[in-house]
Amino acid sequence: MADPAIRVENVSKTFRMYKERNQSLKAALMRRRRAAFEEFYALRNVSFDIPRGTTFGLIGENGSGKSTLLKCIANILVPDTGRVIADGSMAALLELGSGFHPELSGRENVFLNGSILGLRKSQIEAKLDEIIDFAGVRQFIDQPVKNYSSGMYVRLGFSVAINVDPDILLVDEVLAVGDANFQDKCMEKFADFRNAGKTVVLVSHAMGSMRSMCDEVAWLKHGELLGLGSSSDIVDAYVDESRDDEIIHMADGSTRYGSGEAQITKVEILDQSGSPARRVRTGDAVTFRIHFEAKNSIERPVFGLALETVSGVYVWAHHSRDGEFVPDQIKGTGSVDLRVPTLYLQAGNYDLHASIVDFTTTHIFDFRHGIIRFDVLASSPHESGGVASLGGRWGNLARTESDVVEAPEQTVASRNAAVAETGS
Amino acid sequence: MSTLSELRSSRELLVNLTLREIRGKYKRTALGQLWSLLNPAAQMATYSLVFGFFLVSRVGPGNPSGLHVFAIWLSTGLLPWLFFNNVVTGAMGSMVNNANLILKVYFPREVLVVSNALSWLYTHVIEMAVLVVVIYLFGGNPTIYLPLTALFVVLLGCFALGLGFMLAIANVYFRDTQHFVAIALQLLFYMTPIVYPPSVVEKYKNTHGALVYIYKLNPLERFSEIFRNTLYDNRWPSLTNSLYVVIVSLVVLVLGQAVFRRFAGALAEEL
Repeated sequence: MADPAIRVENVSKTFRMYKERNQSLKAALMRRRRAAFEEFYALRNVSFDIPRGTTFGLIGENGSGKSTLLKCIANILVPDTGRVIADGSMAALLELGSGFHPELSGRENVFLNGSILGLRKSQIEAKLDEIIDFAGVRQFIDQPVKNYSSGMYVRLGFSVAINVDPDILLVDEVLAVGDANFQDKCMEKFADFRNAGKTVVLVSHAMGSMRSMCDEVAWLKHGELLGLGSSSDIVDAYVDESRDDEIIHMADGSTRYGSGEAQITKVEILDQSGSPARRVRTGDAVTFRIHFEAKNSIERPVFGLALETVSGVYVWAHHSRDGEFVPDQIKGTGSVDLRVPTLYLQAGNYDLHASIVDFTTTHIFDFRHGIIRFDVLASSPHESGGVASLGGRWGNLARTESDVVEAPEQTVASRNAAVAETGS
Repeated sequence: MSTLSELRSSRELLVNLTLREIRGKYKRTALGQLWSLLNPAAQMATYSLVFGFFLVSRVGPGNPSGLHVFAIWLSTGLLPWLFFNNVVTGAMGSMVNNANLILKVYFPREVLVVSNALSWLYTHVIEMAVLVVVIYLFGGNPTIYLPLTALFVVLLGCFALGLGFMLAIANVYFRDTQHFVAIALQLLFYMTPIVYPPSVVEKYKNTHGALVYIYKLNPLERFSEIFRNTLYDNRWPSLTNSLYVVIVSLVVLVLGQAVFRRFAGALAEEL
């Protein structure tokens, strides 16, 4: 894009790793220096543009420099070399409620915090009701904030920050606040924000939400830019890399990782007649059969399947705990089926991922990424585009003019009948 | 000067932070804002007792006002001193005390120092107003000198602010600064003619001329004379004293804010 909202140009930032730090005058005088330190690069020559109106993510391990970069963008830290040019007003959600004075009331703190974030008094007054209601603290707004619960405190902080309505919003790991209800409200607010063409820069470790929320992602490692591109590509690359020590590349190009007590030996796709197939049709009944081998007895395993298009669009996932099918234990070899009565997928190429995890779904026994690729061929219902096939029917044309030849309704109905016959 | 334009653009923040300082200072106290008057009153009473009765300071009547009240004479020196002391001390801690804000939000950092100074200015103006009322009650008539006095209050604020800017930065790098400065301020208090008249020192002019010269370099010595002149004596301050404090205050302020700007960018790292 020709006109980025934020341009990061050759930004480097070093921090001093103090071996000894003399913050007392005596020590400084005695040692004839203030401190002994080594410099280390938190950021090294990072350059990229953040296009206007996109949601942009920064990912990387702890200590990769993503928070430092966000602080450089927010003007809190000054880069040693290079510069950050931001076009538009900016608000940073680095820590919610920072700057609240505990003895002052919620209302006074809204004005205080709003002005720290750059709002005028008249602007805050105009939004006061919205801010209070969004945070859900109307009852307590004239109480000192020190009496607030930590949830209320953070909600009020978020509410002020999000209502600043900046052109650029910087967010650092603060989405994990509040209860589910408040989280939904936040997500809605973010969506409004994006729809209004504002730019959002996110830092998070929650790869799932980064993938779904961000348009583009920059991947930082040891202060250097390792990748920049569409969120699904970069997040996948990052997730793969962070599993790199345990990841095994299979001969067929798929990858696996996991502790290996139970392994998925293969996944079959069975067509309507029950024979293995790589090609199925939209609307077919399909069975996915997971073959596994458990060296030891595994209690309450959970099987999972996920679908992606070959271009990386996440389509669907289902695991057997959500499917309320949890065997007491498995041992030795065996298989388990997921029956799909009607394949609601439009024509295309799809990759299937399969996994066996423990009942908490936190421990992975085996994860097979892209274990099988299959084609879906166009059939009926034949629909015009996208991934999902909803089986929608056009019809019920209503018109006010009377001299219209009636008929199409009937034609559609009879053709449907014909389709049903051939399809079964 | 870009500091000024930054302050202008964030004046709402300045106002709000100042209000935070003023309101937050005496929250949860039964007497509330009254403390801002009681504190100086208590100090004034103590010093009046010690230097008015125990160690009798020979303080002549105001000339030409004819006022002859030790407590008023003391207050005209003590209140400006307290203002100076509070601004410097408050500014010095303003970076460290607001570390959470500096680390998380961007705004011109000068605002913290200036809002602290403004909150003390507010307190000081109230104190001075009360003092002026008392002066009228005891027969003084400082009316025509009040605008000039106000100007010197502002200049004293500038002087304190300039020092505060430098000390705020110094305290981030060396936390000893605050303890060191506390001692220095105590010394400075007695090096300034507040509880004793300047004549106590000036009588050594012929025998120890150099020491008296150094003593008179202290801008607070000049400030204290100026406030005594306008409020207690009810006459115009000397031109040399006035010029001296104008120049020193403005130079210190410009220098202080330059030092502050030079180091402000690195604050978030050092805190």
